[in-house]
Amino acid sequence: MDPARILLLVLWVGVTCYALLGGADFGGGIWDLLAGRSRAGMPERNLIENSIGPVWEANHVWLIFVLVVLWTGFSPVFAAVMSTLYIPLTLVAFGIIARGSAFAFRKASPRLWQKRLFGGAFAVSSVLTPFFLGAAAGGVASGRVPVGLAAGDIVTGWLNPTSMLGGVLAVGVCAYLAATYLCDDAVRAGMSQLAEDFRTKALITGSCVGVVALAGIAVLRADAPRLFDGLTHRALPLVVAGAVFGLLSLVLLWRRNFVLVRITGALAVTAVLWGWPLAQYPLMLPPSLTVNEAAAHPAVLTATLVSLAVGALLLMPSLALLFLLQGRWSYRSDASD
Amino acid sequence: MTEISGLAEAASATDLLAGRLQMAVSLGWHIVLSCMGVGMPVLLVFAEWRGIRTGDDDYTRLARKWARAVGVLFAVGAVSGTILSFELGLLWPGLMGVYGQVMGFPFALEGIAFFIEAIFIGVYLYSWDRLPPRIHLLTGIPVMIAGTASAFFVVSANAWMNQPVGFEAKDGRITSVDPWGAMFNPATPLQTTHMIVAAFMVAGFLVAGVYAVAMLRGRRDRYHRLGFLVPFTLASIFAPLQIVVGDLIARFLATNQPVKLAAAEALFQTRAGAPLSIGGFVVNDELRYALEIPRGLSMLVGLHPDTVVQGLNIVPVADRPPVNPVHLAFDTMVGLGFFLLLMAAWFALTWWWRRDLPHSPWFLRLAAVCGVAAVVAVETGWIVTEVGRQPWVVYGKLRMADAVNPAPGLWLGFLALLLVYLFLTVAIVYVLRRLAREPKEVPVAETPREPLLHAPQERD
Repeated sequence: MDPARILLLVLWVGVTCYALLGGADFGGGIWDLLAGRSRAGMPERNLIENSIGPVWEANHVWLIFVLVVLWTGFSPVFAAVMSTLYIPLTLVAFGIIARGSAFAFRKASPRLWQKRLFGGAFAVSSVLTPFFLGAAAGGVASGRVPVGLAAGDIVTGWLNPTSMLGGVLAVGVCAYLAATYLCDDAVRAGMSQLAEDFRTKALITGSCVGVVALAGIAVLRADAPRLFDGLTHRALPLVVAGAVFGLLSLVLLWRRNFVLVRITGALAVTAVLWGWPLAQYPLMLPPSLTVNEAAAHPAVLTATLVSLAVGALLLMPSLALLFLLQGRWSYRSDASD
Repeated sequence: MTEISGLAEAASATDLLAGRLQMAVSLGWHIVLSCMGVGMPVLLVFAEWRGIRTGDDDYTRLARKWARAVGVLFAVGAVSGTILSFELGLLWPGLMGVYGQVMGFPFALEGIAFFIEAIFIGVYLYSWDRLPPRIHLLTGIPVMIAGTASAFFVVSANAWMNQPVGFEAKDGRITSVDPWGAMFNPATPLQTTHMIVAAFMVAGFLVAGVYAVAMLRGRRDRYHRLGFLVPFTLASIFAPLQIVVGDLIARFLATNQPVKLAAAEALFQTRAGAPLSIGGFVVNDELRYALEIPRGLSMLVGLHPDTVVQGLNIVPVADRPPVNPVHLAFDTMVGLGFFLLLMAAWFALTWWWRRDLPHSPWFLRLAAVCGVAAVVAVETGWIVTEVGRQPWVVYGKLRMADAVNPAPGLWLGFLALLLVYLFLTVAIVYVLRRLAREPKEVPVAETPREPLLHAPQERD
């Protein structure tokens, strides 16, 4: 495999990590929004805050990683996507800054009205950010972002059936992942009632995401026939795997196997996420721009890959340490006092 | 037809201005947080180390307080930095689409460094009181190193825009790239040093300023004295170094980017024995009301009064940056740099003389504004760097007008961003002031909660 294809794989590993880790942090914000009134929603909000507090910044870096690898390795794709889809992506940028700073401010503010204000900003932006990211992805997947500077339609590029499907699916997946992770977190924190609540929420959102995905098949067939064709032929095994893991996750949730469902839930999302590039490969920007045309000069690709490999040697143990310690603190701090 | 194209042109001129202003506001806002992100971990680790080493409770309390501030500043800095990477594409796709692969490599390295920083800041803040103190101290060291490394990588990408080397192009397409050569371009060593030193000065003087105000209000106990001394000493060590680096940069510009130096010094005609002009403003390509030091600029650039200094006339009018903002920003930066140097010298001499702060009330009053002065110096410095490169985004290769996103309506995004940043500024100042006033015993790893919010935790 040549450097361009390896870097493309690395890029998509970054997208997957961001979806599974950063996505779950957004999902935490969505459940924070739906946690109810200040006093009644307190235990739920505390659990969410403890679960995402130590890790969200590191999880957020996956997005920066994806952006940087994209513009270094596949510059024309970055320029085309950012310029044509600048409206939803500007909203994503606002959502990111509102979510991150409001979360930090809420943690540092002692008063109830401030916690409400910042908590509200945190929660609302946790819904809007994944929605617009999903909408942007839908624009690319349905071939509405041609190569060039703002060469596509800046409105219908993201206001179209596939984009709406992408946005709703992204929000649903974030909420679903967060609910499954929080089941396990709640059990370990000794809060079995909360675990039951999140189990119900995970079952409902999981089913909804499944229904939306099924309905999405019809949307794609009408609105993005090339993508539909790819998903039903070359990428079919991954689509089927996604469906199987999705159903398996619902069964595991029903049987309260909260540890295994973390894995199967993540696998379901991963399968669908890898189905998309497999369906349109070797195109990066359908209908015409291929990986080879978009890829940077080989010297850049090699230098980037080598640095990322060296970086991974530093990053992997560091990340392992962070998640190990997070696992111990978030559960102990509530269980022991 | 002509009317429509005329409208489109008018719109794109407004949008280009909006894009530039949006980038300026986002960068100017983020740079303050970046400075804190580079400098504060050093202060923090130092205070914690002294606390562990000597058992001195005042150092430990300072470290805990600073850690709480770092928690807020790092979170906001992480997201305001992300905005900038979005804006590179949202606003300047013409730059990224062509040169992304040339200037991208240092950003990839920065991504790794920032990842390490984000991971260890999580570990450091959340493992306080949960890991043995010495181990905990060790987890702060990667934050320190990665913070400075990030600054180096990002500024080296900006340096490349000033000295674009390491690639070959043909018909607007890049035909070969040397990523290492691009990263270590001629401007990199001095520009990165200038910024990293500035970051330590901003962090040191700003933090010291908080305690200077407290001491002026009568809180002169040891805790507040140390809170002033540690950061002020750090910043004072770097202040003289910054003057030297700044001088080297001016001479580097004289040979490598003479138009920027000419704009900074408001020198229109190439000449020997060029005067050093301080202040004034330009009307009709002529600097008026400036204080002139005869042959001063020639002396500074070539160490000889007859040195020839290149003026703006070496390039056509269309290739010149606007002189007034660059010249005034440059003079402001240099003036503040010397003010900070004098404050550092006053402090150092008094300390050397009698191991104490200067007794004059004016020392603390001026020290209280050193932080703001350092921030203004950094902002004006970036105005010199960025506006002084105009009309180019990549010096001599790509104009801003060809890099900007041609989509209509960019000014709407700028207005929205302005509102968001205004609100964020109010919120962050408010939250940090609350942190500064809150009782000193709040543990780092826990959120202080009001009794009302302490709903009983359920157990089964």
